[in-house]
Amino acid sequence: MLKLKETARKNAQLLFPLVSLFAIVIINLIVEPNFFSLELRVNNVGNTVLSGNVISILDNGSELAILAIGMTLVTAASGGQDISVGAAIAIAGGVVLRVLCGNEASPDILHAPIIYAFLASCVVAMLFGAFNGVLVSIFKIQPMIATLILFTSGRSIGYWIGGGQIAKISEKQFGYFGGFIPGVPVPTPILIAVLCMIVIALVLKFTNLGLYTQAVGINEKSARLNGLNPVRIKLLAYIIIGFCVAVAAFIKVSRMSTINYSSVAQDIEMDVILAVAIGGNALGGGKFNMAGSIIGAYTIQALTVTLYAMPGVTSESIRFYKALVIIILVVISSPAVKSALEKLWAKLFPKKSPPVKEALV
Amino acid sequence: MKKLLIVLAAMTLVVSFAACTSAPPAASSADSPPASVEAAPPESDGLIKVGIINNPPEESGYRAANVKDFQETFTEDNGYKASFAYSLKFEEQLASFNQFVADGVDYILLSAAATDGWDAAFKTANEAGIKILLFDRMVSADESLYEAAVVSDMAQEGITAVDWLKAQNLAEYNVIHIQGVMGSDAQIGRTAALDKEFAAGAMTKVVQQTGNWSDAEAKTIVEAVINAKTPFNVIYAENDNMAQGAAQALDAAGITHGVDGDVVIMGFDCNKWALQELLDGNWNYDGQCSPFQAKVIDGIIKDLQNGTAPAQKKIISEEKGFDAKTITADDVNTYGLG
Repeated sequence: MLKLKETARKNAQLLFPLVSLFAIVIINLIVEPNFFSLELRVNNVGNTVLSGNVISILDNGSELAILAIGMTLVTAASGGQDISVGAAIAIAGGVVLRVLCGNEASPDILHAPIIYAFLASCVVAMLFGAFNGVLVSIFKIQPMIATLILFTSGRSIGYWIGGGQIAKISEKQFGYFGGFIPGVPVPTPILIAVLCMIVIALVLKFTNLGLYTQAVGINEKSARLNGLNPVRIKLLAYIIIGFCVAVAAFIKVSRMSTINYSSVAQDIEMDVILAVAIGGNALGGGKFNMAGSIIGAYTIQALTVTLYAMPGVTSESIRFYKALVIIILVVISSPAVKSALEKLWAKLFPKKSPPVKEALV
Repeated sequence: MKKLLIVLAAMTLVVSFAACTSAPPAASSADSPPASVEAAPPESDGLIKVGIINNPPEESGYRAANVKDFQETFTEDNGYKASFAYSLKFEEQLASFNQFVADGVDYILLSAAATDGWDAAFKTANEAGIKILLFDRMVSADESLYEAAVVSDMAQEGITAVDWLKAQNLAEYNVIHIQGVMGSDAQIGRTAALDKEFAAGAMTKVVQQTGNWSDAEAKTIVEAVINAKTPFNVIYAENDNMAQGAAQALDAAGITHGVDGDVVIMGFDCNKWALQELLDGNWNYDGQCSPFQAKVIDGIIKDLQNGTAPAQKKIISEEKGFDAKTITADDVNTYGLG
C-alpha cells in the first residue's frame, strides 16, 4: 500500500509537466492543424530523412534533455544549479576540435579517430565538472557561485584549448552525430538522447545512485550518520553532469562541424534549469523526478519551436513570450497554487479521491 | 536573513573577483595566449607604443582573423611595442582605454564594443597627446577626436550582395532573411539593401527575423518556415554561421540548396569553411567583410610619425562578393578567414 501511494505521488508529480506539454500541443493543433505532419524527403547528400515539427522539437531538444539529466542530479544532491554548462560545452567542443584538427584550421585528414576526440572531451568535461564538484562539496561554496567561475571564463578557455582558431571539419562522417546516419531517417541526436535516457533509467533502477542522491539532498547530516559520504555523492553528480556536457557538446559540434565559442549553447543553462523546475523538482534539492525533467526539457523546446512557428511573433520578442509562458507554468506548479487546487479538488469530490489515486497507478 | 546577507556578500565578492580577472588589460591578455604585455621592456628604444583594444578572438572567425592580423602587424620587428586588451563589454574596454592613457602609449587603436560614450575618454587621451585610430567599428564621438577610422562599409556589402541576387534573374524571389544582432553595424548595413527590394516589391519577404549571429537560432527560424510549408527559394543570412544553420535545416528537411539546388543560400564574412561550401556548390554567394585593417593602420601611423595626416577620416576597406559558380580554390585560400 505504501508503495502504491509512493507511485501515485510520483505520477502526480509527472502530471504537471505532462499537462503543460499537452497544453502546448493543443494550442499548436488549434493554430496549425497539420502541425504534427511528418514527411519523408531526400536531402542534398542523398539521405532519406524524416521531417516535421515533431522531429524539430525532438532533434533540437536533445542537448537540453541530456543536460537536464545531469542537472537534475546536481540539483537534487547539492540543492543548487550548475550555471556553467553552456560555457563547459564550449570547452568540451574545443577539445573535440583540437584533437581532430590539431593546429590546422580545416584539415583534409582528421588527426585522430572521432571516438578519441569524444573520449578526450569526456575526460576534460568531467574534470571541469569535478572542479565545480570540489568547490561545492569540499569547500561548501554555493553551487551557483562555484559554477559562476567557469560560467565567466569557460568560453575563453574553450577558445584557448581549441588552439586559438575556429576550426572546421570537412570529414562527412563527423557530421553523422548531429545530422543523419545514411539509411536512418531519424536525426542522430534523437537516438543519442534516447540512449542517454535508457542508460540513466537503468542506472537509477539498478544502483543506489538515486536513493543516495536524494538522501544527501534532503538532509546531509543524517545521510552522513547513515554511512553515506555526501562529498562523494555531490562530486559524483557534478562529474555526471560533466559527462552530459561532453555528449551535448559533441552533438553541437557535429551539427555544424565547427564551433562558435561565444555563441555555442548560449543561455542553455537557463533552459536546462527551467526544464528541471517544470519537471516538478524542488530546486532546493532532495527528491527528484528524472522523467519530469526530461519532459520539461522537451516542453521548453516545444515552446520555442511553437513560438517560432507562430505567425506574428518576431524572434526579438520570442524571449519575452517564452518568459511569459514559463512564469505561468511555474506559478501554476508552485506549492501555494497546488495546495489550493488540491483543496478545491477535495471539496468538489470528497469521497472519490481514493479511487482516483488508484486509477492513476 | 543573516544567511542571505552572507550569500549576497559572497556573491558580490566572487562576481567582482571574476570580473576583475577579465577586466584590466594586463589580466585579460592572459586568456589570449600570444599577448605581449609582460614581454615588453619598460623603456621603448625608438619603438612606437600602441595600445590595441579589440573584441575577444573567440567571438567569431572574423574576430579571430582580425586579432591575428593585428598581432602579426604590430610587432617589435615592425617598430612597435604593442599591448592588447580584449573585451566585449564597453566598461571593460573603457577601463583598458584609461589604463593605456595612464601608461602613456603613443597610439590607441580601438574596435569599440559600443558606439556611444567614448567622447570624454577620447578628450582625455587627446590632451595627453595620445592619438586615436578606430578600426572595424565606428563610434559616435566627434571625428575631430580621432585621427582616422578604418572600417568596412556594411551598407555597400549589402548592396553588392543584393545586386548579385538580382542578377540571378530568378523567376521569383521568396526570401528568408535572417538578420544579425539587431542594431549592430553589420545588421543595419546588410539589412538596408534587402529591405529596399522588399519595399519596392521586387522580392517577397517570407520571414525576416534576427538569428543573433547564431547558427542554432537560424536553424530554428528556417525550420519553422519549412514546417509551415511556406514556399521560399532564397536564404539571405547576414553571417556565415547563420547561413550554415539554415543549410542544416534544409538538409534535415530534405530540401536541396546551392548551385543546382532549389534554394539559394547567401552568407557574409568569408570564413574559409564557408568559401569551401561555395566551392563545393552547397551555397551560392558569400560577401566579404575584410578583417585586415592592420596594414592600413600601420601605414597611417608611419605617415603620422612623419607628420602627414591621413587624407580622409573614414577609410573603407575594399571588399568583394564571391559567386559559387566562379570561385576558385585560390580564392578560398587567399580570402578565406581561419
